[in-house]
This record gives sequence, C-alpha cells and structure tokens, in this order.
Amino acid sequence: MADIEADVTVDARGSACPGPLMDLIGKIKSVDSGTVVELLTGDEGSKNDVPEWVEEAGHELLDTVDEGEYYSIYVKKS
Amino acid sequence: MTEEIVIIGGGTGGTVAANRLVETLETEVDAGEVTVTIVTDDPDHVYKPTFLYVPFGKKEPEDARRPLVDLVNRRVDIVYDRVTAIDTDAKSLDLRDGASMDYDYLVVGTGAIPDPENTPGLGADQDGHYFYDGEAAATLREELASFDEGHLVLSVIGTPHVCPAAPVEFTMMVDSWLEKRGVREDVEITYTYPINRLHGVKPVAEWMVPRFEERDINTETFFNVESVDSDAGVINTLEGKEFEYDLLVAIPEFKPASLIAEAGLGDDWMEVNKHTLESDHAEDVWGIGDITNIPTSKAGSVAHYASGVVVDRIASEIRGQTPTAHFEGDTVCFIEAGMDEGTYIKFDYENAPVVRDENKFIHWAKLAYNESYWLTARGLI
Repeated sequence: MADIEADVTVDARGSACPGPLMDLIGKIKSVDSGTVVELLTGDEGSKNDVPEWVEEAGHELLDTVDEGEYYSIYVKKS
Repeated sequence: MTEEIVIIGGGTGGTVAANRLVETLETEVDAGEVTVTIVTDDPDHVYKPTFLYVPFGKKEPEDARRPLVDLVNRRVDIVYDRVTAIDTDAKSLDLRDGASMDYDYLVVGTGAIPDPENTPGLGADQDGHYFYDGEAAATLREELASFDEGHLVLSVIGTPHVCPAAPVEFTMMVDSWLEKRGVREDVEITYTYPINRLHGVKPVAEWMVPRFEERDINTETFFNVESVDSDAGVINTLEGKEFEYDLLVAIPEFKPASLIAEAGLGDDWMEVNKHTLESDHAEDVWGIGDITNIPTSKAGSVAHYASGVVVDRIASEIRGQTPTAHFEGDTVCFIEAGMDEGTYIKFDYENAPVVRDENKFIHWAKLAYNESYWLTARGLI
C-alpha cells in the first residue's frame, strides 16, 4: 500500500500489554470521524488485538507495517 | 554544604522513600549534611486498599487514615503545603502559600487522581459509583445496602487505573456478599472490560474465566464506555452497544496532577526511565508510584519497591558513588476471590505472574497485611 498520511500518531512503544490498544482507544475517543491514527507498538499481541477491536468498533484498518523494531498500525475512525 | 532532598507527596512511595532515606543516610543527616523533606497538602497518610472493604461494611473510611507525622522518622521534615509549580532548571518549587523552596534532589510521588468527570455522564450527582476514595466508597455502601434486586454492572472504564486487581476483587466480593445476604439470585452481575479478554494481565484473565462462569457473573469484552445516561440507566459504548444497568460501579479514568505537564516532566504521566526511575526530561528528578509511566501496574507494591531503588540511587549520588540500583518492575497484588478466599500475583517487567487457586489462608494474609501495612509505610517491612 502507498504511504499513508497519519493525522495523529500514538507512540506506544515500550508500553506493555494492554497498553498499546488502550492508548489507541483513548486517542480514537478524542478525535473526529475520518481522522487517521497511526499506532506505533512494539507489542506482538497488537497485531491481532488491534485489528480485532477495529472491526468490533466499526473503524477501518488501513495497514499494518512491520518497521523492524516495531509496527505501525494505521486506523481510520469511522 | 547541605544537600536538600525534597519529596512531593506523602503516599506510599513518598513516605517509604523518606523513611528509608534518613535511615540509609543516617550519618549524613545527623551531621547536617543532608535534609529530607516531604511536601504534602494532606496531614494524613492514606492506605487506599482499605476502601475496597468499605462498601461491604467491613471497614470505615477513617480506617485508611493515620497522621503522616506518626509514620515518619523524626529526622524527616514535613511541610504541609501544596506544590503549585516545579522549575527543574532553577531546582525550585513554588508552594500554594506563596513560599518557594529549593532542592538538590527531587522525588515526585503525587499519585493518580480519579477522574470520573472525563467520561460524559459520570461524576457528581450522576451514576457511576467507585471505591477509590473514602466518601465514594461510603456512598456505594449505602447504595449496596438497599440493593436487593436488579442488574449490577462493574465496568472498567479507565486504563490505566489504580490497583488492577480491585475491579476483579469487587466483582467477586459483591457476588459472595449478595449470596450471604440471600439476594444473589435476584441480582444479575455483569463485569465489562475494554479489551478482548477479562484483564490486562493475561494469566489473571485466564484465572477469571472459569471462576466467573461458576459464579454466574456475566462478562462483556471490547467494552469501551463512551458515555453514561444516568436518567435512563444506560451505558453507551464506543463499539455501539447500549447496555442497561440498575446499579453501576464504574472504575473511572485516572489523571496525573497538572503539575507534571506544566513542569515539562511528561505530556500525561511523568516520563521516567523504567529501570532508574529518573526523569526523561530533568536532572536529579525521580518519579515513584502511580504518577509514572512505567509499564506495570499502578499499585502500592510498585511504589514500595520503586522507592527502595530511588533511595539507593540518591544515596549513591550523594556519596559520590556510581548508582547501580535498578528497578525491574516488581509488583505484588493480593486478589480477593470473594468474602473469605483470596490469591495473589507476583510479576515484573520480564516475568508474567502465575495465579494459584484461591484459598482462605491468602485471604487472611491479605487482611493481616492490611493491618501491618503501617510498618511498610514506616520503611520497616
């Protein structure tokens, strides 16, 4: 997928489980519909937990990028 | 020259740190080379785990309080005031009464503040009871006393929240307490959690599943509260659910004192190195306990263990030695599994806990520890 422009970035690297997902949820709560949020997470569990929640909550998962030391997960608020 | 160590906050972290500092640096303190001062706006030390027992009539809110002066070594100075600003360049603090004070070494232990108002529909004169302060816990006691039928919902809204075990404990205790009152079959209990399992600590989540099933406690996951309608008795979630309740116990969001962001010590929680507990943003400043962003629980045991590391590091600095003490994320939590059984977990940054079957002995151990906690505050155990 082409590079995605995030409107806001949540840096949850170093945040232990369930930190990254909760950090993302907190940000999604506070932004407007249509906002693209980039979550930076070093937690392997986020690869599954985040997409599962995004689907449950009805938002859109744009991409998950493996950056080596961490993942960038892009979510668009519905 | 006298080295001034100032501690903001008279909670578990601040009190244990102060007592251990004057003990570790006894020679220097007695020689007038080092001073240790706690600045706090509460003349009492508060042991918050006591509040969990208040809704069930087992403790009174005042049981959680003792005068701070009775718990600290006489070598510790106490200033009863509120710090309104920290200038980490000038190494000075502004106090509410207009005075200022300088420090050479600063320890910040200002804790986490319940923030129910951050969730639309929660807060004063609305629904959403909690047990993180004495008054709220006493109000919940009165609600529970007259609650003998309907739907009781325990909803974990805030993460991180103080004491990760408390929502689990409350849910299992209320089940047991209603059973003993003979009204359990007329009360439906539901526990909700924000992520896709019952608890952030995975082994705890796995321990909970069969126990909640046995106790007929309903569960809802991926349940993120967006707002509460107190008039209608309905919770609205980010996932689009509308959930009815008769009695809502809501674990609120928590926030740091605004002092932290204003002093540039962190945008939200105080940002520290998770091993040295030193500020990421200022020299000679340490954080302990709930105020920090370290990736473990906001629990008294963390503040207790972390304070030992901070004391050792400051003592090394003062003696011109290279500090070597490291915090590994040590955390210990008791978990009540009803009104007369309990278990406990112990974990750190690298090692997940093993949750053993609950038994009566651990429940008694928790009650006994709650009484002997005052020795922990004194820096003795």
